Amino acid sequence: MIAEAGLAALWLAAALCGLQLIFGVMALRSDSSGAVNVIRPVAIVQGLLSIFSFAMLVWLFMRTDLSVELVAANSHSAKPMLYKFSGTWGNHEGSMLLWVAILALSGSLVAMFEKRLKERTLTATLAAQAAIGLGFYAFLIFASNPFARLSPAPVEGRGLNPLLQDPGLAFHPPTLYVGYVGLSIAFSFAVGALLTRDVGPTFARAMRPWVLASWIFLTIGIAAGSYWAYYELGWGGWWFWDPVENASLMPWLAATALLHSVTVLATRDALRAWTIMLAVVAFSMSMLGTFLVRSGVLTSVHAFAVDPQRGTFILALLILYIGGALALYAIRVSTVREGEQFEFMSREGALVANNLLLSAILGIVLIGTLYPLGVEAVTGEQLSVGPPYFNATAGPLAMLLVAAMAIGPLLRWRRDTWRNVMNRISLPVLITALALMALVLFASPIGILPMLGLMLAAGVAAASIAPLWKRNLRRTPMFIYGMVIAHLGIAVSMAGMAFESAFSEEVLVASAPGETHQVGPYSVTFDGTRPVAGPNWTAIEGGLTVQRGDGDPFVLTPQSRMFSSPQTETNEAAIRTGWTGQLYTVLGSSDGTGRSQLRLWYKPFVTLIWLGALLIALGGLLSLIGRVRRERRTMEREAWA
Amino acid sequence: MKAKHQRLTLAIIAVLAVTAAGFLALYGLRDNAALFRTPGEIAAEPVPAGQAFRLGGMVAQGSIEELPDGVSIRFLVQDAEAQIPVVYAGITPDLFAENSGVVAEGALNENGVFVADHILAKHDENYMPPELADVELVGDPRR
Repeated sequence: MIAEAGLAALWLAAALCGLQLIFGVMALRSDSSGAVNVIRPVAIVQGLLSIFSFAMLVWLFMRTDLSVELVAANSHSAKPMLYKFSGTWGNHEGSMLLWVAILALSGSLVAMFEKRLKERTLTATLAAQAAIGLGFYAFLIFASNPFARLSPAPVEGRGLNPLLQDPGLAFHPPTLYVGYVGLSIAFSFAVGALLTRDVGPTFARAMRPWVLASWIFLTIGIAAGSYWAYYELGWGGWWFWDPVENASLMPWLAATALLHSVTVLATRDALRAWTIMLAVVAFSMSMLGTFLVRSGVLTSVHAFAVDPQRGTFILALLILYIGGALALYAIRVSTVREGEQFEFMSREGALVANNLLLSAILGIVLIGTLYPLGVEAVTGEQLSVGPPYFNATAGPLAMLLVAAMAIGPLLRWRRDTWRNVMNRISLPVLITALALMALVLFASPIGILPMLGLMLAAGVAAASIAPLWKRNLRRTPMFIYGMVIAHLGIAVSMAGMAFESAFSEEVLVASAPGETHQVGPYSVTFDGTRPVAGPNWTAIEGGLTVQRGDGDPFVLTPQSRMFSSPQTETNEAAIRTGWTGQLYTVLGSSDGTGRSQLRLWYKPFVTLIWLGALLIALGGLLSLIGRVRRERRTMEREAWA
Repeated sequence: MKAKHQRLTLAIIAVLAVTAAGFLALYGLRDNAALFRTPGEIAAEPVPAGQAFRLGGMVAQGSIEELPDGVSIRFLVQDAEAQIPVVYAGITPDLFAENSGVVAEGALNENGVFVADHILAKHDENYMPPELADVELVGDPRR
């Protein structure tokens, strides 16, 4: 009955979604006021129903109900409870249901909490949200039904891909999806604003918290995915420019640009058409990512099933929504009243530079990701585009972007003079120069990109704190702190990337027990291997006794695991995190003579990459809280007046 | 600056930025896109040494041998038409085995041996790199 309840809830939610769209369109045509009071509860109930439906699927997975096809194909009774729970979205149908549930929930949250937006625009926004929802409900029910029954039920399930049997699965997909799909709100806002021609500072202030919130989740989701790939794959890398990674990076780039342009719109009423465009692009990138990952055109751990019919379905939705929004944009944008003018030498000017550079990087990543698909479709030739392309093209632009980020916050709104700017950036420039000297003097020759990265990181760190200079720290608004911390996070993260690529040490040996190997400051002694067993796997475990200088020795135990269902081997790296970096150890196969392959890395300050990402998200959170509080106070004041 | 002029300037800058990014992208792609090839295709149309590409095919039965340094292996990748020797230093991926599909990234050296930097293999029994789906595999266990 659980599966039937879930499916019924899904159908009901879809029906309410249709109702929401019809009400919205009727209200917009008839100019009737008060329509929003009807649409709001519909949107809220729709969200609750889809969450209920998702909860039913989670329950089925927790109970390992093998009469449900999806559970039988992707779960196993011997799997640990955590993976039964998170395995709910470790497959195509379940993850699409999560996607749709978050989409519906986003609509409900807007219906519940959005007070700033004009009534008509809110009506149009909820109608747009329903229009997106309808397509994806159809996709779920007709092409990816998660609740389909299997008769007769098998005795045992087929199990979850062992690479996904990791606590990371509980965390990475949900956060990433909240970010991905949360951007649908910005998209619907943009469509709503185009329909009612209501683009201006009030609209921007209403949209900003939603964009910020999605962006925070997107940042955390990407960082979590990066760290997961880093420790789970055992390849020692943290970003591979894999198409699936790019699929998550592209919405982030667009959302970051949107975040900054919406601030210009809110503060100075400029960049109206551009901001609307970015809001459309950001969620379009989310949908494109969903298409790339879920259609099976790419292969990776993320592509669960290859079914051409599904790919065509998502592609059709993609064309419908992106095409529709762009067409609406083309028709309506000329009727959006032109925004304010501004000087180039100003905060607005710097933010325009930020937007242009982010868009250029987005374009480069997009081309690099789609190029192999395009070539294969046209000539049938198969090729792949990897790190050399992305590093050579996006790398230099990212450096420029970061330089603009250092200077931008030190510029005044409206207009500024060169002399003042020079004054304010002199200290960061000095620090950059000192960092360059130190690197040239003390660091062995390193690549140009890591060199620039470390140098800029030092300067940017100084520049990002500079906006607090000579301010009363108690009275500084919270969103200023948010900006400072987020920009500082970029510097920290960049320093981590540069350290990792410039100073990593790698040792690859076939080691006999008792041998000692030196990597970075660590001496690693191989003690031999022994068999161990877990709940649904067996493994060969290597013992490594590690000592750093005269410090206390400690033991690391990398494993090579064999899972029984489905039959798969995985490498479990053993990692030791210290203040100055990580020791990363992987155990390979043994040869006949008792030697085992060992791969050892010393990665100085590699953790800064993810620490920086957390700072970026924290900055976003502070900014969000600061903005929401200020907005509430303004509304209270308006209510009094 | 007049409103019209500013719009125009902004538009020109945007167009320039997009064009520059496009050129940068195409330039990068020309040098850095790695083609996928099978042993048969290489036999028909030789690839110069040092040019990076992805080699896909089947690991030949009985061909995996460990080299004396303990960390390198040597094996043959084959399809219906030809074989190519591959050397690789490092830990082989999960489920890398004889008679199963493999994609190796790297380049040929002067002796016609493919030196792999990375090796991709099947993730589990249901998954196969898509490039391999179309390749005629010799001794495919599925048949």
